[in-house]
Amino acid sequence: MANKGWDEFEIGAMLRTFNGKIDDIVGTHQENRAYSENSSFVASVADWRINKPVFNKDFCIDCQFCWVYCPDVSIISRDKKMIGVDMDHCKGCGVCVEVCPTNPKSLLMFPEKADEETELAAWPAKNEEKK
Amino acid sequence: MSEMKKIKNLKEFSTSADRFEGANLLCPGCAHSIIVREVLNATNDDLILSASTGCLEVCTAVYPYTSWDASWIHIGFENGSTAVAGAETMYKALKKKGRLKQPERNPKFVSFAGDGASYDIGFQWISGCMERGHNIMHIVLDNEVYANTGGQRSSSTPIGSSATTSPEGRRSYGEKRNKKDMISIMASHHIPYAAQVAPNKWKDLVKKIQHGFSVDGPVFINAVSPCTTEWKFDPKDTMHLADLATDSLVFPLYEIIDGHELNITYRPKDLVPVEEYLAAQGRFKHLFKDEYKYLIKEWQERVDANWAYLNRREEARV
Ligand SMILES: Cc1ncc(C[n+]2csc(CCOP(=O)(O)OP(=O)(O)O)c2C)c(N)n1
Ligand code: SF4
Ligand code: SF4
Ligand code: SF4
Ligand SMILES: [Mg+2]
Repeated sequence: MANKGWDEFEIGAMLRTFNGKIDDIVGTHQENRAYSENSSFVASVADWRINKPVFNKDFCIDCQFCWVYCPDVSIISRDKKMIGVDMDHCKGCGVCVEVCPTNPKSLLMFPEKADEETELAAWPAKNEEKK
Repeated sequence: MSEMKKIKNLKEFSTSADRFEGANLLCPGCAHSIIVREVLNATNDDLILSASTGCLEVCTAVYPYTSWDASWIHIGFENGSTAVAGAETMYKALKKKGRLKQPERNPKFVSFAGDGASYDIGFQWISGCMERGHNIMHIVLDNEVYANTGGQRSSSTPIGSSATTSPEGRRSYGEKRNKKDMISIMASHHIPYAAQVAPNKWKDLVKKIQHGFSVDGPVFINAVSPCTTEWKFDPKDTMHLADLATDSLVFPLYEIIDGHELNITYRPKDLVPVEEYLAAQGRFKHLFKDEYKYLIKEWQERVDANWAYLNRREEARV
């Protein structure tokens, strides 16, 4: 399919998201799905980012606000725990940082080229002015 | 009837395995996909989906990619609702004839469309679907503008908004006509369920979608979808804009059952002045010039009057 030009596309053709069959899609998380070459899951928008979110699990309370409000399915939550950001699909919008309720925040935006280890080591302290 | 997915709280909701994928081409911070994720994750049932032409469709089906992990069809701008209604009719017919391979499965038929595709160009098609009583849900991703083609006004564009076909300038404050009351129009088809939802109120949204899936007959949902590009705000502020929209009552959250029983489902504890909602968006920037300030007052009066009207209807059960 991927080798075809747009004008060679047959009428009535279907793009199949998976190779083979998944019987229980709602019980199968992304890492256990065999995505086909036609799913945007296999593509990346990492190069859209100017800033990237960095996750500091030390302050996270697993509220899942970031999970529900991420427009790009890029907050990885499993078994009710936030475990990280999917950097292939994150567009760097910053919504997750805005909705994160902890003090200090458990997610912060940094320039795409920033070093994660360095930023984590220099994480801001609790802001006392905030209620 | 299939069992309703149990979603007691956000932690439980977060165990959902998404059927919508990233690396689509929607703008960073686009609310369309936040709404879509909340809707799809509200059910465990199979999904038969359509999208009418617009940002959501154009950005999630760019050859050779699809961002949908469910059956999904696109035909044109105006007829996404009808495409899904056709699939639903076929499903019913095959079921009656005993020709379904898995008759125990209970697929849900959902049509997603923009306000342009719903309030204007697909209007009669949606009306037909509602009138014929299909078992489908039509969801408007209401960003109050034709976003995908560069911001032309639709009949959902509110007064004072600057759109490319109703621009503000020396002689104009932008859009001059009132936003169409689409929920009332749809409820007047005496459909079992019509409701307004917002992505920031995910629990209210999920509850309404689940109720919509449980009723027999057409369902109409209007979802406010803050658009970073056309409303002109920073992508990080999408949820802030949604909060301002619901808490200023510019987008009150309510439902209408069987065309007459109106219930308000969210009463903001701290009301936000409409002025704050307007001030957060570039499309209303010009209203803060001295000569247009009267429009902000009129905005507040309109919102107050609509809230009073909704409250009266709720009380009167009409
Ligand atoms: C019949 C027809 N008229 C016009 C167009 C061009 N067109 C494509 S998308 C679009 C705007 C869609 O606006 P809306 O439905 O509000 O969705 P949004 O992009 O805002 O999400 C227009 C005018 C078309 N594709 N088909
Ligand atoms: S920056 Fe945006 S896309 Fe990236 S994880 Fe946060 S909310 Fe998702
Ligand atoms: S919003 Fe913040 S605290 Fe909540 S799960 Fe995400 S990172 Fe953790
Ligand atoms: S223009 Fe608006 S609706 Fe369209 S993709 Fe961008 S943010 Fe979303
Ligand atoms: Mg629109």
